[in-house]
Amino acid sequence: MNTALSWIKAYVPELSCTDQEYCDAMTLSGTKVEGYERMDKNLEKIVIGRVEKIEKHPDADKLIVCQVDIGSEVIQIVTGAPNVREGDKVPVVLDGGRVAGSAHSSGPRPENGIEIKAGTLRGVPSNGMMCSIEELGASRDMYPEAPENGIYIFPEDAQVGADAIEALGLRDTVFEYEITSNRVDCYSVLGIAREAAATFDKPFTPPVIEIQKEKGRIEDYVSVEVQDKDLCPRYLGRVCTNIKIAPSPQWMQRRLAASGIRPINNLVDITNYVMEEYGQPMHAFDLDTVAGHKIIVRRAKDGDTFQTLDGQIRRLDKDVLMICDAEKEIGIAGIMGGENSKITDNVKTVLFEAAIFNGANIRKSAKRIGLRTEASGKFEKGLEARNAEAAVNRACQLIEMLGCGEVVGGIAQDGLPLSPLREIAFEPERINRLLGTKIPAEDMLKIFEKLEIVYQKESGLLVIPAFRQDLAGFADLAEEVARFYGYDKIPTTLPSGEATTGRLPFKLRIEEKAKDIAEYCGFSQGMCYSFESPKVFDKLLLPPESPLRSAVTISNPLGEDFSIMRTLSLNGILSSLATNYNRRNKNVRLYELGNIYLPHQTPVTELPEERMQFTLGMYGEGDFYTMKGVVEEFLTSVGMRERVEYDPEAQKSYLHPGRQALIRYQGETLGYLGELHPQAADNYGIGTRVYVAVLDMPKITASATFERTYAGLAKYPAVNRDISMVVPKAVMAGQIEAMIAQRGGRILESCKLFDIYEGEQIREGFKSMAYSVVFRAEDRTLEDADISAVMKKIWNGLESMGIELRQ
Amino acid sequence: MKERLQQIREEARKQIGEAGTLDALNDVRVSFLGKKGALTAVLKSMKEVAAEERPRIGQLVNETREEIERLMEDAKGKMEQALREKRLKAEVIDVTLPAKKNQLGHRHPNTIALEEIERIFIGMGYEVVEGPEVEKDYYNFEALNIPADHPAKDEQDTFYVNGDILLRTQTSPVQVRVMEQGKLPIRMIAPGRVFRADEVDATHSPSFHQIEGLVVDKNITFSDLKGTLAQFAKELFGEETKVKFRPHHFPFTEPSAEVDVSCFKCKGSGCRFCKGSGWIEILGCGMVHPHVFEMCGIDPNEYTGFAFGIGLERISLLKYEIDDMRLLYENDVRFLQQF
Repeated sequence: MNTALSWIKAYVPELSCTDQEYCDAMTLSGTKVEGYERMDKNLEKIVIGRVEKIEKHPDADKLIVCQVDIGSEVIQIVTGAPNVREGDKVPVVLDGGRVAGSAHSSGPRPENGIEIKAGTLRGVPSNGMMCSIEELGASRDMYPEAPENGIYIFPEDAQVGADAIEALGLRDTVFEYEITSNRVDCYSVLGIAREAAATFDKPFTPPVIEIQKEKGRIEDYVSVEVQDKDLCPRYLGRVCTNIKIAPSPQWMQRRLAASGIRPINNLVDITNYVMEEYGQPMHAFDLDTVAGHKIIVRRAKDGDTFQTLDGQIRRLDKDVLMICDAEKEIGIAGIMGGENSKITDNVKTVLFEAAIFNGANIRKSAKRIGLRTEASGKFEKGLEARNAEAAVNRACQLIEMLGCGEVVGGIAQDGLPLSPLREIAFEPERINRLLGTKIPAEDMLKIFEKLEIVYQKESGLLVIPAFRQDLAGFADLAEEVARFYGYDKIPTTLPSGEATTGRLPFKLRIEEKAKDIAEYCGFSQGMCYSFESPKVFDKLLLPPESPLRSAVTISNPLGEDFSIMRTLSLNGILSSLATNYNRRNKNVRLYELGNIYLPHQTPVTELPEERMQFTLGMYGEGDFYTMKGVVEEFLTSVGMRERVEYDPEAQKSYLHPGRQALIRYQGETLGYLGELHPQAADNYGIGTRVYVAVLDMPKITASATFERTYAGLAKYPAVNRDISMVVPKAVMAGQIEAMIAQRGGRILESCKLFDIYEGEQIREGFKSMAYSVVFRAEDRTLEDADISAVMKKIWNGLESMGIELRQ
Repeated sequence: MKERLQQIREEARKQIGEAGTLDALNDVRVSFLGKKGALTAVLKSMKEVAAEERPRIGQLVNETREEIERLMEDAKGKMEQALREKRLKAEVIDVTLPAKKNQLGHRHPNTIALEEIERIFIGMGYEVVEGPEVEKDYYNFEALNIPADHPAKDEQDTFYVNGDILLRTQTSPVQVRVMEQGKLPIRMIAPGRVFRADEVDATHSPSFHQIEGLVVDKNITFSDLKGTLAQFAKELFGEETKVKFRPHHFPFTEPSAEVDVSCFKCKGSGCRFCKGSGWIEILGCGMVHPHVFEMCGIDPNEYTGFAFGIGLERISLLKYEIDDMRLLYENDVRFLQQF
C-alpha cells in the first residue's frame, strides 16, 4: 500500500519527523515501511514566475525569448515550448537548479536529476528554464490539468516568486507499506494514521462525517434484500441525486495519484478515495438502470454467464454471489460490477454500495472466475460492517462537499445483526509474565487507549473496537503492549528452568558419518530435487510392471518435470553427473543424502514412507571396486564390521547386467552398487562409464553402532600361507573366500587376494588367483601340524569347487 | 713391554687417523683389538712378564685398549656425522613441487551452514528432530492456527497430493508433532526441506530448507526468545552482531516478530548484500499461540513457549555470496569445490 505522508498528516496534524524517523518508528511499531520516495527528489531552485513578454528568437523559428518575472527580478529565458502566453504563471528553474527528468525521454529518470545552468541558445542568453510536469518528476495522471506537451501553467492566483514545488504539493513523501494479513484495518489511510498517531503519541483526528443537507428519503429510491446472508452479512446502499460529473479537486486527484490510482472524475474518484481512506471498496450503480429500484443479493446459478463492466463474459456457478435488481444480475459481488449498470457521464442518480462479503468466498470466487480486482483483494481479508457504514456516509459527505450532487436521507440495508464488540479480560501480570517485562498496568492502559481499546474498570474488561478484528485473546493484547512499549526495550534473557541435553539423534549421526566418509573418498555433496518427471522411469529402463513406477503424484505441479515424488534416488545424481559431463568436468564424484517417497498404495490415502538414501555416483578415475571400497569404508565406520556379501543377481534394469551387486549384511539387503547400464548412460547423455551405489539408510541405522570393544593385541605369532590356484571363470572370489573362511575355522585370521590373472598362460575359461592366508591362535603358538590340518581342509574344499591348486 | 704398548698406542692412533671409511676403521679395530690383533698378542705374552709386574702391565694393557676404543669411537662418530651431512646435502628437494593430495570431496554449502546452526543450538541444549516432508494438511496448516479458509493457505502456494496430503510448506508442522507427544519441557530444532510452488529462477526454488525452533516450558518469555536469538546470531555471525526485532504476524505465534541482524558483510555500514540498510532479515519468530497449544493438548495457562523459523538458503546464500539459487541444485563440482 502506497500513501503520501501528507494524507496521513491530515489525520495526525501534529506529526513532525523526518522521513527516515517515520520509516523506522512505524516499522518498529509493526507497520512495516518497505520504502519511501520523496516527491521533490532532485527538484531544486524552482519558483513561480510570470511570463511578462514573449519575443521571437532572432535566429530560430521554433524558439521564443521570454522575460519572466520571478518576484525578485525579471530574467530572460529562451524556450521551445509552444504553449506559453504572456501573463502565464509557470514553474521556473533558476540557474544552478535541478529538475527530476527530461521532458522528452520516457525512460527511467536519471538518479541525480538534471542540473540547469544559465547559457545561450542560438546566441541569445537564457538564465533558467520553464518546465513541464514531467520534468518536475510528476505525471499528467497526478496533474491532469497539465498540458500534454508543454510548460505547466499555474492558476491565476498563484503567487509570483513563491516555491513552485510547495505550490504543486510536491513537498511530500510517498511511503510504501507492507501490511500483514491480520491487520485488515491498516489497508487504509485511516488505519495507518491511527497507528502513526499511537506510535508518535500524537492526537488522531479522523474525518468528522456530517452531511449538511439531505433531500428525500431512501425508501423512495431503493430497497435492499440480502437472500444469502452467509455470504453477505451486511449490505448498505445510499443514494445521491442530481449528479454532475466533473473532475475532482486537485487535492483529491493528487492523493489518489500518489497512491497509484489514476484520477478519472469526481464520482469515480470519490469511491476510490473512500476505498483508500477507509479500506472499504465501494461500488456506484446508475440507479436508473436498476430495475424495480430494488437490490437483491443472492447466489448465481450454475452455468449462468455475466458481462462485467470490462466487457468480458464471465462464467458463474452457484457459489458466486451476485448483486441483482428486480429483473437481472447487475454485478458480481465484491469483484466487479456489470456492463449493464455501469456509470456513464450521463448518470443522474447514483447508488453507492458498501457491503461486507464472506472473504473466503470472494477469494475462491475470484480465483474460479479468474478475475482478481483491487476490490476483491480487500474483501478477501474480511471487512467490518461498522466501517462500511462510515465509508458510505463519507462518500455522501464528499459528494456534497465537492458539489457533485445531492444526498438522499437514510441508508437502505439488510443483513445479519451487528456482532457485539469483543471483550477481553485485562491481565497485566500475565502480559508481563509472557513478555518478561515489568510494565506498569497503567502504562498498558495508556497504550490501549491510543488504540481505542476501552477499559471498563468495573468489569476489568477491555472492549475491542470493531475495526480490530485481529484482537481475539490475551496473547494479542500482549503483542499490542509489546509493540508500543517497544520490542527493543524488552530485556534479553535466556530460558531458565530444567536443563536439557542437546543432541543429534542416532540417525543423523549416521548420516554425518556417511558425509564424512564420502568426502574422505573424494565425493562432493550434491542436492537434488525430491520431485521429478515420470519419464525418469523410462530413462532408467524400469520395466512397465516395476512397483517403483507407482509414485506419490502432485496434483498441482510446476510442470511434468516436477510432478511425482521420487521412488528411487538415482535420477538426481545421474542428472548432476550429466551436467558435469556436459561441462567437461573430469573425474567427478558426487553423493547425496535425500529421501525417497514410497506410497503404501495409489492413489495415496495416507502419508508415504520416506526413506533416506545415501546415493553415490562417479565417472572418470576409479571403477566398480573403488565404489565398493567406499561402501565398505562407510560400513566399517558405523561399526558394521562383519563380512559384507555381494549378490550379483541384483536385477537392476538400469545397471550393467554383469557389473552389479546387492550389498548384503547379515542377511539384510542394504542397497546395491554397479556400473550404469550403457543404455541408461546414453539416456543421460554421459559418454563414459558411470559407477553408482545406493544405500538404504534405515537398514544401515538398524545395524550400525558406535560401540567399540578393545580385543587386545595378538600375543602369539601369526603363520602365513599362500594359496595359488587355477579357478574356473564362473567361480567368484566371494565363493572362494567364503570357503576359506568356513574351512579355516577359528585360527583363520584373514585371507587376502594378492594376485589375479587371466590370459596367455592360463587356459580358456579359467583364471589364476592367489590368496595370502594368515592363521593365528589367541592362546598358543601354532604348530606346523595345526596349519597342515587346516590347509588340507581348505584345499579339499577348494578342489570340490573345481579349483586346481598349484603347489 | 711398556714400550711395546706405547708403540701400539701410537701406531693405532696413526692408523685410526688415516682410516677414511667405516670399513677401514673396522679393519684397524681388528688389527689391534681382534683375536689376532696386536693388543691381543700382548695379552697372550703376559706369561713372559714377571708375576709381580703382571698387575701393572695388565692395567697398562687395559688402559691402552680403552684408549684405542675411545679413539675408534671418536673417529667413527666423526665419520658418521660427515656421512650424514653428505647424505642430507644430497637429499635436498624442491619443496615448491605440487602436493600429493588425497582428493577430498566437499560438503554442500547448505549443509555447512546447517551444521553450524545445529552445533550452536545443540550447545544450548536443543535436540535435533525431523518430521515428514510429505505432510498432512492438518499439521501444516490447521494445527498451526491456519484454518481451511485462511488466506495464508493461498499465500504459501502449496503443492498438494490430494485434499488432505501436501508437501509441507514450512518446517513448523514438526512443532505440532513434537508437542503432541506431550514430553515437556521441549527444546528442539527441526531442520528440513520445504516446498512451495515457485518457478525456478535466481532467487526462487520450489524446494528449499528451513530450520524450525521450539522451546516450551513453564515461564518461557518473549525476553527469553530475544536472548536466545541474539546469542544465536552472535555465534553464527560474530560477537559484534546486533539484532533487531520488528513486530510481524504469523498465525501460530503471538506476539510475533521478524528478526534482522546487523549486516555481517559490511558490519552495518550498508552494502549490496543488505541493500544499503545495514540490516539483513534472517528469521521469523514469536510466542507460541495459545490456540496452537490447545490443539496439541498443552495448557496455555500453565505453559508458554517460543518458536522460530530460519530460512537456511537465506543464510547460506548471503554467507557465501552465492548469487543464483539454481547453483544449489546443479551440483557442478566446480561450484561445490569452493566450500
